[in-house]
Amino acid sequence: MVDVRDVHYAVGGREIFSGLTLRARAGRITAVMGPSGAGKTTLLRLITAQNSADSGEVRVFGQDVARLSGREIYGIRQRMGMLFQNGALLTDMSVFENVAFPVREHSDLPEPLIRMLVLTKLQAVGLRGAAQLMPAELSGGMARRVALARAIVMDPEVLIYDEPFVGLDPISLGVILRLIKHMNQALGITSIVVSHDVVELAKIADDSYLMSAGRIVATGAPAELAASDSPAVHQFMTGSPEGPVAFHYPAPDYAAQLFDEADR
Amino acid sequence: MSANARSDGLLLGGVRRLGSAALFFVQLLIACVPALARPRLLSRQIYNAGARSLIIVMLSGLFVGMVLGLQGYDLLQRFGSEQSLGIAAALGLLRELAPVITALLFAGRAGTALTSEIGLMRATDQLTAMEIMAVDPLRYVAAPRFLGGVIAMPLLTAIFSVIGLFGAQLVGVQLMGIDHGVFWSQTQGAVALHDVNEGIVKSLVFGTACSLIAVHEGYHAAPTAEGVGLATTRTVVASSVLTLLLDYVLTAEFL
Repeated sequence: MVDVRDVHYAVGGREIFSGLTLRARAGRITAVMGPSGAGKTTLLRLITAQNSADSGEVRVFGQDVARLSGREIYGIRQRMGMLFQNGALLTDMSVFENVAFPVREHSDLPEPLIRMLVLTKLQAVGLRGAAQLMPAELSGGMARRVALARAIVMDPEVLIYDEPFVGLDPISLGVILRLIKHMNQALGITSIVVSHDVVELAKIADDSYLMSAGRIVATGAPAELAASDSPAVHQFMTGSPEGPVAFHYPAPDYAAQLFDEADR
Repeated sequence: MSANARSDGLLLGGVRRLGSAALFFVQLLIACVPALARPRLLSRQIYNAGARSLIIVMLSGLFVGMVLGLQGYDLLQRFGSEQSLGIAAALGLLRELAPVITALLFAGRAGTALTSEIGLMRATDQLTAMEIMAVDPLRYVAAPRFLGGVIAMPLLTAIFSVIGLFGAQLVGVQLMGIDHGVFWSQTQGAVALHDVNEGIVKSLVFGTACSLIAVHEGYHAAPTAEGVGLATTRTVVASSVLTLLLDYVLTAEFL
């Protein structure tokens, strides 16, 4: 479904990806994990053709997105859904109108049918009763569920989740986890979940990729990653500050800087 | 950095911004064609840019007209021609003051609202979400707002002129005692169609310029609180300066 092959990508001279390769197989939940700043969100921008790789291939539904025209990219995007970290609901529309938005834009369905479709999707995320609320009246977890209803309203083949667990209370988190699994099992949607939440991802992922310093450092089922003896994987899976991924941003010597500045 | 290098950088930045705005204008014009087919979206934006600016435009029009009445009366009576106050007020308003002041008010009220709204949509990923949903934000967000501004500006200018003339009449006739009939008959006799046209053309040009700047700045704002704030400031400054510059060019062309 989604195939990323040997991708190199740099922004402003800073290399984000150096030979990144991963594959999200049809009907499975693929987890992409990695520390903050590893380039997880950038990877999603490449998959959704918002940016293009400097070299390598990003194939979605078998097509190299870099070679597609604007119209063809929009065609591919109609077969995808994406859940943003903050929901990205349109703030001047009600919950109902937000979910109905892609349907109204891409089809000429009669209003009663749109209503039925939207209410069905809102029921699936447990927010049918909130249909008339405005986004500002929703909690973070509710906004994300509405965004999920909007992402699935066009029955996408691939659903991409960008950090879906950030800032959620335990109940909302459990609900979102269950929904991701449900969307995958009941609707057969291929899911790509990008997150740094190892514990939660391990509960639902079929395949996992661990990113670090612009490349994949480990791959396999979550249990295999947990058992890995690679220092980078071990550090990430156990959340240790010691390891190949430095806690400190590159800086001059601590003592030298302290005393140099005190002398000045 | 040397002064030369700094001025080169500024010049290059200015040229780049101008080029980006010109390119954006062309894309926007193309996107306006499908936007015209969505009357509901368009009427909402005309309401936002036009109806919501009505009160400040009407109040400003009234006071500008009243000041024009006072100043005009004071000046004209020195030459014994205070009866011509209606002509001075009508021509001043129709050809100059109404289009310019309405554009400046528009930049401050509707322009800033447009920039901050679109900028915040960018900052909260709403525009990206539209792109992912295969909906072109240029067509759905930018074009209707641009068209709304272009259509609202001449309407607001016309209202400013009418209220301003009423204000001048209030001072000239009610306060200073100019004859009611003389005021209106002289006004009617002196104002020609090309004077009205000058106002309409100016307001259309200012509406296009101010709306383009507001939408462009919002659409390209850095997705941060500071970025949206800076873009809003740039909208007011650039719209005001460009309005006055274009006013000079258009006035020179019409005279």
